[in-house]
Amino acid sequence: MDLKNLFSGFKKSNKVPETKTCKKCGTEHNYEDLFENFMICPSCGVYMRMGAYERLEITVDEGSFKEIDKSLKSKNIIDFPGYKEKLDAAKEASSLNEAVVCGTATIDGNKCAIFVMDSSFMMGSMGTVVGEKLTRLFEKATREKLPVVGFTTSGGARMQEGIYSLMQMAKVSGAVKRHSDGGNLYITVLTDPTTGGVTASFAMQGDILISEPKALIGFAGQRVIEQTTGETLPPGFQRAEFLMQHGFIDLIEERSRMKYTIARLLELHSREVGK
Amino acid sequence: MSKVTSYDRVQAARNSKRPMGGYFIEHLLDNFIELHGDRRFGDDAAIVGGIGLLNGIPVTAIAMERGDTIEDRMRRHFGCPTPEGYRKALRLMKEAEKFKRPIICFIGSSGAYPGVEAEKRGQGEAIAENLFEMMGIKTPIISVIVGEGGSGGALALGVCDTAIMLENSIYSVISPEGCASILWKNAAKAPDAADALKLTSYDLFKFGIIEKVIEEKDKSIEEICSDLKNYIVSEIHAKRKLSPNDLLNKRYEKFRKIGR
Repeated sequence: MDLKNLFSGFKKSNKVPETKTCKKCGTEHNYEDLFENFMICPSCGVYMRMGAYERLEITVDEGSFKEIDKSLKSKNIIDFPGYKEKLDAAKEASSLNEAVVCGTATIDGNKCAIFVMDSSFMMGSMGTVVGEKLTRLFEKATREKLPVVGFTTSGGARMQEGIYSLMQMAKVSGAVKRHSDGGNLYITVLTDPTTGGVTASFAMQGDILISEPKALIGFAGQRVIEQTTGETLPPGFQRAEFLMQHGFIDLIEERSRMKYTIARLLELHSREVGK
Repeated sequence: MSKVTSYDRVQAARNSKRPMGGYFIEHLLDNFIELHGDRRFGDDAAIVGGIGLLNGIPVTAIAMERGDTIEDRMRRHFGCPTPEGYRKALRLMKEAEKFKRPIICFIGSSGAYPGVEAEKRGQGEAIAENLFEMMGIKTPIISVIVGEGGSGGALALGVCDTAIMLENSIYSVISPEGCASILWKNAAKAPDAADALKLTSYDLFKFGIIEKVIEEKDKSIEEICSDLKNYIVSEIHAKRKLSPNDLLNKRYEKFRKIGR
């Protein structure tokens, strides 16, 4: 992995701190060392959340990523109180324009369209711009017969955009359907956390669903379930291993091997294979 | 005369005396035969589906139903569908497609059932599958919001060619209470959240997200049913004139343009 790219190319847009403290075990690590270790805590092994550009850095071939629709920014479409301020704060905190980064790239030489969500922008919630960027990406991939690789992380639909955000679930689903009908591959990588309206739409619509270990994946929030039903949540509830046990994901892959696995899957679906 | 607030409509949509999906099936269709089960795991009583005649046209009708008596409501878990309900709905939609029957969905539920078993059996996957597949069902789909259109659990029957709302129904990404408690840590501010979310039939009509509001004011339930029936029949006739490709292209565009 070439850190120079991240810490020169991406540093301007993505503020990279000197150190980062593990939320699980409290150990402070040098950020570059941590990144070298795929943002997995060397002390306790917990998978820390990754920014979209960091994820791209460890996933795509160096210099291959061409971003699309980077400048699309959300508007306060239903004039929701305080939303503009929230958007401004999210942009400042994340150095991103929105909660998803889209583009094309190669992964071990395999060309694909790719999207990566980023939970540091309003918990990766989906409003009209996230919906629009994803829809455009799937439409482009359909036209160009490209596979789509998507990394999800989201709290769900963005309530500050009201019904518009709910409708993005249907809009993106339509684009995924057309991409699928064109015989194209869609690989979803579910990362912690993927919940709500994102789980209930494009996150679960991949041909192949991969997850990182222990990622939280579900539709309803755990507190909502407890409060509504009074049920006790079983151990490991809504974690990747739980979903695999119940038949809802194809495989769980370690972060350090994710690129390798995605590349092999892309190769196996290449139109050149077997000809 | 005092103005009707958004929250007044929220409460009207939730009123326990308000007719739910099952009522509209009963009063709009003739010779309705209920068909049960998802052919996978079970039969969810929160979703009623089957075949009947609408003005002499065979249609597949699918409705969210919360029930009347307390026992009935428990059995239907207050109209909140489980994955089995959504899978039953999709099964019946595919059957409708095979026999070229139009599909009418009646939506009225606070949302998909939030429970351990529902999650275990893939609540998110079930909704996602419906959104995906409904984009490709080659027969007209008319969705009617009759009560509370609660989030993804409502949208799972809401991918359609024509969306209709009864005047005092609502359609929202989150409940006003949920929104108020997350944003302002105070569920009592639900009326403010209801205003902010713009969730009334008139809001959605103005946004171009639904095609029709069926007025309720000063009308009897019989008159409302009659207006609704006439509008659905006219839409079915209009959509049936389209080729399957045109129908699907228009359905795609209906959602594609939202927040473009």
